[in-house]
Amino acid sequence: MNALLVICGLSIVSLLAEIANFKKWLTAIVILGLAAAAALLVQDWNTSVSYFSDMLVFDNFALAFTGLLAFISILWFWMASDYFQAQPHHRTDRTSLIIFSIVGAVLMASYNNMAMLFLGIEILSLSLYVLAGSNKDSLFSIEAAFKYFLMGSFATGFLLMGIALLYGATGSFDIREIAAFTTSHADTLPSFFYAGVLMLLVGLAFKISAVPFHFWAPDVYGGAPTTVTAFMSTVVKIGALAAFYRMFAIGLPSTHSTWSTILMVITVLTLVLPNITAVYQSHVKRILAYSSVGHVGYILLAFTADPTGASGVVYYYLASYAVASIAAFSVLHLVEGNSESITIEYFNGLFKRNPLLAVGLTIALLSLAGIPPFPGFFGKYMVFALAIAQGYTPLVIVAVVTSLIGVYYYFRIIIAMYFQEPQQATPLPVSGAQRALAFVLIILSFALGIFPDAVLSLIQ
Amino acid sequence: MNALPIDYYVWLSAALFTIGVLGVLYRRNAIIIFMCIELMLNAVNLLLVAFSSRLNDPSGQVFVFFIMAVAAAEVAVGLAILVTMYRSTRSTDINILNRLKW
Repeated sequence: MNALLVICGLSIVSLLAEIANFKKWLTAIVILGLAAAAALLVQDWNTSVSYFSDMLVFDNFALAFTGLLAFISILWFWMASDYFQAQPHHRTDRTSLIIFSIVGAVLMASYNNMAMLFLGIEILSLSLYVLAGSNKDSLFSIEAAFKYFLMGSFATGFLLMGIALLYGATGSFDIREIAAFTTSHADTLPSFFYAGVLMLLVGLAFKISAVPFHFWAPDVYGGAPTTVTAFMSTVVKIGALAAFYRMFAIGLPSTHSTWSTILMVITVLTLVLPNITAVYQSHVKRILAYSSVGHVGYILLAFTADPTGASGVVYYYLASYAVASIAAFSVLHLVEGNSESITIEYFNGLFKRNPLLAVGLTIALLSLAGIPPFPGFFGKYMVFALAIAQGYTPLVIVAVVTSLIGVYYYFRIIIAMYFQEPQQATPLPVSGAQRALAFVLIILSFALGIFPDAVLSLIQ
Repeated sequence: MNALPIDYYVWLSAALFTIGVLGVLYRRNAIIIFMCIELMLNAVNLLLVAFSSRLNDPSGQVFVFFIMAVAAAEVAVGLAILVTMYRSTRSTDINILNRLKW
C-alpha cells in the first residue's frame, strides 16, 4: 500500500516539476521514487493486509506483481530518458501520465473488489489513450490513439456489463465473496450469471489482447511512439494479465467449467494466429506487436492448464518476456531515429554499425523465441511442463509448433543484423546511459536464465 | 418496483446494450460511435440500479457514480483525440483511419 502511495505521489511531483522547474532531474527522481516504492514492498511481504474495507488486498501475488511493475518501469524510464531529452515538449505531462498508468496497473494487480478493477483499468487506459496520441503531428500516432480509445472503451462496456450481471447474481462486487457465493449456491445461479462471466471474459480478453479480440493491438503498437509501445507491451500487459489472473483464479474458480472451454479456444487461437501473421510482416514494430500477442497465448496456456497453481509460472514468464521486450524496444528506438515506420532493412548490418546494440537485440530476440539458455526458454519450458502434467498434451504440441514458427520471424531480424550489408555504413552512436542499459539488460537476461528459481519461488 | 420481475430489467438493459454494440460496429461517424458507447455504459447503469434496488444493497448505486465519473473523463479524452484527428483530416469518418494496416 505504501508503495502505491509513493507512486501516486511521484506522479504529482512530476506535475509540479513544470512549475518548480526541476525538469532536468525528473527522470532521476522518478527512478529513485520507483526504487523506493519497490523497497517498501519488502516490509509488507507475507502480511496480506487489506485496505479500504477489502477493496485492495496486498497479498504476496499483488506485492510480487507490483514489484515487477516498478522494476520494469525503472528500466522503461531509463530507456526513455533519451526520448524525453529529444522531445522536451510536455515532458512532465508525459512522465506523470506514465506514472498514473503505473498506478492503474498496480490497482489491477491488487484489487479485491470489482470497483477497483474497473477504476484501475480506466486509470491505466485513459492515460494511455493520451500517450498513444502524444505525437500530435503524426497521423499514425493520432490514428493509433483513436483506435485504442474506441476499442478500449468498447471493451470497458463489456467488462462493466459482466460486472453488473455478476453483481446481480451474487449480490457483491467482492471477488472473494463471489467465489464463496458461487461455491455455496452452485445449483441456483441464474442464467444471467453465466452471461456475465462470458462478458467479463470478453472484456478482459480485449485488455490482454487475446485473439479474437487482439485486432487493435498491432495497429496501436505500430502507430504509437516507440517508447509508448514499449510501455504498452510490458507494463500494461503485466497489469492486464495480473487482473485477468486474479479475476478467474480467485473470483471464479468454482465456475471453472463454464469458461474453461472458451478459454481453451481463445488460447489456441492466440497461439496460432499472431505467430503466423507475424511471418508476413515487414515492419519491425508490427512483428513485435504480433509477437507480444503470441506470448499472451503461452501465458494463457499455463492458465488454462491449471488456473489456481500457475501463478509462479505466469510470473516468471511475464518477467522474462518484459525484460526481453524492453531490450528489443530500446534497440528499436535507437535504430529508428526520426523515421515513423521501421522495416527489417533498417537493421541490415547493425552488427557492423554498433556491435553492442546488435548483441543486446540478438539476446532479446533469442529469449523471445525461446532458445536456451535465455529466460524465454525456461518460461516456455515451465509452461509446457505444467500443461503436460495437467494432461493438455495436444495444446502443448500446438504451442511448440507455433514457437517454432516464432523462431523464423525472430531470426529474420537477427540475420539482417549480421549478414546483410548496411544501408548506411556509418557507425550508430548511442549515449552512455543507453550503453549502460544494454549491458544491464544483457546481464539480467543471463541472470534470469541461470537463476529462474529465485523469481519462480516468489509466489509459488 | 418490486412488482416487476428482475428479468424485465435484465432484458431491457440487454436490449439497450445490444443497440449500443451494433451502433459501434455499424456506424461510421466517430461522434455517433461515442454516443453508442455511452448507451452501452448507461445500459449497465440501469442494470446496476435495478439490481441494487432489488438486493437492498447500496453498493450497486455507488458503482453507478464511479461509472458516470469515469465515462465523463473518458468522453473528455475521446473528444480531445477526435478534435486532433479532425484538425489533420477534416473529417470524423472512421473510414479515413486506414493508414495502419498489415
